[in-house]
Amino acid sequence: MTQSFENCGTLMRFLIRRDRIRIPIWIASFILITFLVAEAFHRLYTTEIERQGMAETMKNPAMIAMVGPGYGLDNYTIGAMMAHQMLLFTAIVVAIMSILLVTRHTRSDEEAGRIELIRSMPTGRLANLSATMTILIIVHFLLAIGIGFSLYALGIESMDLEGSLLYGAALGGIGIFFSALTAVFAQLSENARGTIGLSIAALLLFYLVRAVGDVSNEVLSWVSPLGWILHSKVFVENNWWPVLGTIGISLLLLFFAFYLHAKRDLEAGLLPARPGKKFASRFLQSPTGLFLRLQRTAIISWAIGLFILGVSYGSIFGDLESFFNDNEMMQQLLAANEGVSLTEQFMTLLMKIMAMVSSIPPLMIMLKIVSEERKNRIEHLFSRAVSRNTLLGSSLIIAILVSIMMLSLTGFGLWAAASTVMEDPISLMPTLKAAFVYLPAIWLMISLTVLFIGFIPKRSSVIWFYLSYSFVVIYLGALLQLPDWLGNLSPYHYIPEIPVEEINLTEMAVLLFITVSLSIIGFIRYNRRDIFG
Amino acid sequence: MSLLKTVDLTKKFGSFTALDRVNIEVHEGEVFGFIGPNGAGKSTTIRILLGILKATSGEATIFGKDVWKDAVSIHKRIAYVPGDVNLWPNLTGGEVIDLFVKLQGTNNRKLREELIEQFKLDPSKKCRTYSKGNRQKVALVAAFASNADLYIFDEPTSGLDPLMERIFQENVLKVKNSGKSVLLSSHILSEVEKLCDRIGIIRDGQIIETGSLTQLRHLTRTNLQVETKTPITGLEKVSGIHNIAGKDLSISLQVDTEQLDSVIKHISDFGISKLESAPPTLEDLFMRHYEGTEKSSIGTN
Repeated sequence: MTQSFENCGTLMRFLIRRDRIRIPIWIASFILITFLVAEAFHRLYTTEIERQGMAETMKNPAMIAMVGPGYGLDNYTIGAMMAHQMLLFTAIVVAIMSILLVTRHTRSDEEAGRIELIRSMPTGRLANLSATMTILIIVHFLLAIGIGFSLYALGIESMDLEGSLLYGAALGGIGIFFSALTAVFAQLSENARGTIGLSIAALLLFYLVRAVGDVSNEVLSWVSPLGWILHSKVFVENNWWPVLGTIGISLLLLFFAFYLHAKRDLEAGLLPARPGKKFASRFLQSPTGLFLRLQRTAIISWAIGLFILGVSYGSIFGDLESFFNDNEMMQQLLAANEGVSLTEQFMTLLMKIMAMVSSIPPLMIMLKIVSEERKNRIEHLFSRAVSRNTLLGSSLIIAILVSIMMLSLTGFGLWAAASTVMEDPISLMPTLKAAFVYLPAIWLMISLTVLFIGFIPKRSSVIWFYLSYSFVVIYLGALLQLPDWLGNLSPYHYIPEIPVEEINLTEMAVLLFITVSLSIIGFIRYNRRDIFG
Repeated sequence: MSLLKTVDLTKKFGSFTALDRVNIEVHEGEVFGFIGPNGAGKSTTIRILLGILKATSGEATIFGKDVWKDAVSIHKRIAYVPGDVNLWPNLTGGEVIDLFVKLQGTNNRKLREELIEQFKLDPSKKCRTYSKGNRQKVALVAAFASNADLYIFDEPTSGLDPLMERIFQENVLKVKNSGKSVLLSSHILSEVEKLCDRIGIIRDGQIIETGSLTQLRHLTRTNLQVETKTPITGLEKVSGIHNIAGKDLSISLQVDTEQLDSVIKHISDFGISKLESAPPTLEDLFMRHYEGTEKSSIGTN
């Protein structure tokens, strides 16, 4: 048994060597962003009246679904604001970090045959997994301590040492939970893509279950670990037990991962692999068919995910409606527009978020062409009777169709759920119109990706930075009172908020003109450049 | 008639010159062997010929068409197998073969089945589970099942077992016999010797030798194994003799082919009791060219 862990220490040092830049960047970013947001809250919301005004908007079910149930709303201190508005979002990003790091050191290495090399040396069967998990636990411990002390160091009255440390510990705890969960999935799926897919799906599911639970049924929130850590009520009640409970359950998951790992063959997965087809279907025998087939699972998963996202947002519209009807202050705040209901106004914010999330699958589809190039598989196509225009063009068409499909599904999901729960339901066509109006912005993102594929293929994934940037300035822009020009740099900013605003044809024409120009330049360059890989 | 021709083909990656004025020519109906060590520029040349990389300067044509501008129409008549075959892990071998053959523009179900049988490939398995050799088989089956006029192979047998290597060679001869042309880049010199009509040797991005095997052999040395009645003396005075080994009555030596006559005349004075001569193997040729500039300069002395 002790032999199973032979050379675990050496592997840990090796792992630190490989991630000596990656891990510090992750940890530093979390600490920095948490610190900056807390500082911004402290600077922006100085009076109790301002904070209570914010607390009032937080009672809105849409906000509860997004950021979690409010607590300490009667005395909404900076600490309570921080814990309520930032904890859940930071936890999601911490979970993503855990998923990526664990997959990188377990299934990715195994799939690439590197674990085979390691295992041929005198290392134990469980050495790599235990080294990875030990490092991950250390990383989350450092993250917890780092965030805890940096929040305390701000010296904000409502953020005492215990609360600050608990805030860090909640994030660390959720990270350890998702590390352990990913370790389990890494045993089930026989490739890295599957491992990441299952883990992210679990993360989304936990988020949605919690969202629905927080709005309608508290018991449901207890199914999700994201719900557990919110029950720590940091800075208000400072409950440690949900965090400790999360870590306890993580350890159980971890043992399960070790058990599965010890049981299975190297490079095998526990989910059964089926024998495949001997012949290609007629559908597969073209570049478009190939690209659709390669991304079939991803497209279907995103379609389901976005539909559920729409439904989840839609399902709170009933509560939203009665909330607005009962709340005079909100009516005064948002009553400026005649003929448009408050729910419809709120829908525009949701649409913006859903449009940005809907941009992810089409951009992934565009970037696939570069990852194929990097993996040296695109030469199979270009060495046959396939032109560069055909390949890039078919990717572009798929991306555009998928963008329409994703927006329709979110819009439809939102409407379908909303219309069943509202007394005065919104109608389908305006909802779809409010969604489709975002197409020019998404297409601009797609065409920018085409441009990147032409000019900077190896760095074309910078498009994700641009999307994240748009998300941050639009989502947090109002909250943090960022200057307007930051928002102007995002294409989503130029989309009218239907039905509150009218369509501005000039702006739309400009967006489409930019889209077409970027695409043409990208295509020309793609035709002229070397294929690397 | 030449099917494929490059004139002063040059490719630079930044300041590094990967190919320096490469001239090769593949004639109709011949198998052209392209040999050289790793990093010499074989794959770069092939990728330019496929229109995947753009040449910095020089010309390259296949079927008389420019390889960059007319890539797609050229590719309808060629079949290519890369040295390092990467496939889509979630597609089966059978699906990939069908896709490749279809993209090239032909469809011959019967030939496909025959080849799968010959190469002993299980087409129902996902590419993820294939070994390097099996992935290569997928690409080879797709290439041979295509109806092409020119076949380009970049080290196609590096992962195959000897039995499969033979199947590959049989198929190359089969396409050659039906009048097709083949460009074969390889490390396996016995294979090149067996299959190729003409060869080109590349080193550091430059073609250093090109011609038929007989021509190249002629430029080089013959291995002689000699036993004589009396010890041979005065060999150092005869030009064109290299690598003398052995002593007294039994020696082995290498002779520049053009000096063979004078060398035989010289040693026959000592009473030959046994004489064995062997043509230089391709390996001798290869080694002479690759063992650095130092040795090849001795060769030209």
